Amino acid sequence: MTQRSQQQIDISRRNFVIGSTAGGAGLALGMSLPLGALAANTKAQATEVNVWVVIGTDDTVTVRVARSEMGQGTLTGLVQMVAEELECDWDKVSWEFPTPGESLRRDRAWGSFSTGGSRGIRESHQYVREGGAVARTLLIGAAAQRWSVPVDECTAKAGVITHNPSGKTLRFAAVAEAAAQLPVPKTVTLKDPADWEIIGKPMPRLDTADKVTGKLRYGADLKMPGMLYAAAHACPVHGGKRQSFDASKAEKMPGVRAVLPVGDDAVAVVADSWWQANQALKQVKVDWETGDSGKVDSAAITAMLKEGLDAKDAYVGHERGDASSAIAGSDEVLSAEYSYPLQSHAPMEPMNATVIWTSKRCEAWAPTQNGEAALEALADAVGMLPEQCEVHKTLLGGGFGRRGFQDWLAQAGRIAKQMPGTPIKLMWSREEDQRQGRYHPITRSRLTASFAKDGQPDAVHMRISGQSILAALRAPLGEERIDPVVFQSVAPEGDHAFIYGIEHFLADHAMRNPHLRPGFWRGVNINQNVFYFESFMDEMARHAGADPLDYRRRLLRDSSPKALAVLEDVASRAGWGRQLASNSGLGLAVCKAFGSYVAACAEVSIDDGQLNMKKIWAATDCGYAVNPQQIEAQVAGSFVFGLSAALYGEMTVKDGAVQETNFDTYPSMRLAAMPEVETKVMASGGFWGGVGEPTIAVAAPAVLNAVYAATGVRIRELPLKDQSLV
Amino acid sequence: MLKLNINGSEHTVDVDPSTPLLWVLRDHLDLTGTKYGCGIAQCGACTIHLDGVATRCCVLPVSAAEGKAITTIEGLSADGSHPVQRAWVELDTPQCGYCQPGMIMAAAALLADNASPSDADINQRITNICRCGTFPRVREGIHRAAELATNAMTDSAAEEVTS
Repeated sequence: MTQRSQQQIDISRRNFVIGSTAGGAGLALGMSLPLGALAANTKAQATEVNVWVVIGTDDTVTVRVARSEMGQGTLTGLVQMVAEELECDWDKVSWEFPTPGESLRRDRAWGSFSTGGSRGIRESHQYVREGGAVARTLLIGAAAQRWSVPVDECTAKAGVITHNPSGKTLRFAAVAEAAAQLPVPKTVTLKDPADWEIIGKPMPRLDTADKVTGKLRYGADLKMPGMLYAAAHACPVHGGKRQSFDASKAEKMPGVRAVLPVGDDAVAVVADSWWQANQALKQVKVDWETGDSGKVDSAAITAMLKEGLDAKDAYVGHERGDASSAIAGSDEVLSAEYSYPLQSHAPMEPMNATVIWTSKRCEAWAPTQNGEAALEALADAVGMLPEQCEVHKTLLGGGFGRRGFQDWLAQAGRIAKQMPGTPIKLMWSREEDQRQGRYHPITRSRLTASFAKDGQPDAVHMRISGQSILAALRAPLGEERIDPVVFQSVAPEGDHAFIYGIEHFLADHAMRNPHLRPGFWRGVNINQNVFYFESFMDEMARHAGADPLDYRRRLLRDSSPKALAVLEDVASRAGWGRQLASNSGLGLAVCKAFGSYVAACAEVSIDDGQLNMKKIWAATDCGYAVNPQQIEAQVAGSFVFGLSAALYGEMTVKDGAVQETNFDTYPSMRLAAMPEVETKVMASGGFWGGVGEPTIAVAAPAVLNAVYAATGVRIRELPLKDQSLV
Repeated sequence: MLKLNINGSEHTVDVDPSTPLLWVLRDHLDLTGTKYGCGIAQCGACTIHLDGVATRCCVLPVSAAEGKAITTIEGLSADGSHPVQRAWVELDTPQCGYCQPGMIMAAAALLADNASPSDADINQRITNICRCGTFPRVREGIHRAAELATNAMTDSAAEEVTS
């Protein structure tokens, strides 16, 4: 018997706004921008039943989605959740983005717009399902009123309300207007997961069709009447300032309308086409003031981080028992040092935004991961109140965390303000996109362990030295100045809790911040922490002469059965322990991240010193799986991102600036190198874990542990391209 | 003035002949399905067909495309019915989708040359960058498109026989 777990939810605490008619938002300039259902809604009459649900006279259902869509599939997942509770016809469902300006006017009726940290589903599942349930309750209420029958004699299914005793039916569209006038119910009942018919099913994405015909307009593709194109160049040394610039040559080039200073650290060229703007930009001579940062190179950063490994002072992120004493008192100690480089997000669509500024109002069209933050950044950049501004989100050509920062939008605002009344589309060249990144933080780590008589570790000290994203963002770190994000996957508790039952454990952080701006990068700090810890786990097992699976098994059995379950699953499917050719090996990795338990087993062979990744078996327990086929796509995709990083990803620094400014020097994995991925979604229910990021962390250590198994070569520094496998 | 044959129509454009075809398509003709990703022919987001050959047009001077048949993603099919497009929809291949027009054009050119490509053929010919990591479904999609194209040929042959 499945346990019934229907939830009663108090709705009165929320501020649902009822009754206004949807459609037209975001079309201030009168042009047709293909953003979801907006265009369609202007044709058919549509009624907003509540803030989440808009029903057209033609029976179409438009679900509002506040989170951004950058390929991760959250949009479809969120619509599935509203539709599940609404009991509408899935074939008539479409979506639209509410704008952050509308959110501001309606007291944040859609909650957070922030799209990162794999939180799209796991942090909004409750209120979006409630939104669907409220709309359904209102629609049923309106039908019951129409028929003068008790509400509880009516049910809804596939967009049709039925009065069960009489068999009378009404379509949602017939009662939508009346429903919108009814008072919001105080409580709604959410469906038992066992009764889900849309959640948990491999629904096709709602945003695919226009992606295969070229019709979909990304931010980079927008075109407006009278629009001009801008290209920008900011100081390549982060934190540096513009001293002076010489525009004389650029100004004479064809198509150029203006050469402008932007903020205190950039210049821009505005022209009739982007190509003309970018060509002219190359001819603008700029003198930069870069200070001491202009002298920094990669070797200096490495030295700075190495010093942190031995520093006396460090922030303690996780301490249980007394690891330092246990290690100091042991005569059998193992220690190893690892490093992880700076890396760029490099989404395929470079940073861009289209902005129109007038003295009264400023509006932007932007591929942003956070509509609300974008609105604030735009208002701040142009010196207006958020109420005077608006941001219209487009679909994103990749994000990976980069578009959670709004610096590019602020820059576009500053350019547009100098060109009043003219729509300006700013796009960065790939080179500018690479130079002005918010890179994966650079860190090093030293792991030290002592062992019990049975060879199992009784104490582990993990010292992390390197960048803090929160410090760079000047986020309040509290009195102790600890950045908790640094400890993802080795944290004492929560979504990134350390999974192993080791008696004495200490994770501490010597914060060392080079001037290059760090940012949230798909997976964030699990990328290096899981690489460090899972590699060292393998080293400890080998040191103890133990089987790496059995070694982990003993440390997980009591402390994290869910982590053990995904690990056992990948090991079993991969045939762990089977006989392999002498040049081949299997490797394991497991962790908890973003609320999910994930594991990978990789099989590799080394042929003439070249790594051949044959197959990766992956398992993820994300609690509830909203759309299994999209989770599978995310797991495989995260491996491409994680393995690109492990194999090739490195931004080196010279004279304070990054050197890898395009895909020729910053390679990304291509199809031929992609291993076969076999993913199992092991949704054990009862919790909501993320899926976009967790598995990224296990790909690299699983592959590198397999490399060790094949060769005896232990890779402790990334990327792999700089290492020898022979 | 340059004369271009794009998706079966004649276009006249007044641009510097050294301008890469990509920017003429995007900024002058508003054919924005063809994407900018790197500007150095590394990523393939700008892949079009030039006389049927998959070509990265971010480094191709527009003058070099004069007198040739240019096909962009907008012209691959009138209604998204090209086997590659159908396979892509069937498998939900795109994630963010930004690289996919280039990927689809590269795949369509491969299938035009080789109706039933092996995995090794796909590895060799599909070298576009996709940061989302859609490669497993790109590979599967090419095999599926090959099937769809073969089925369509069989169907139309059967139709000819019966009619």
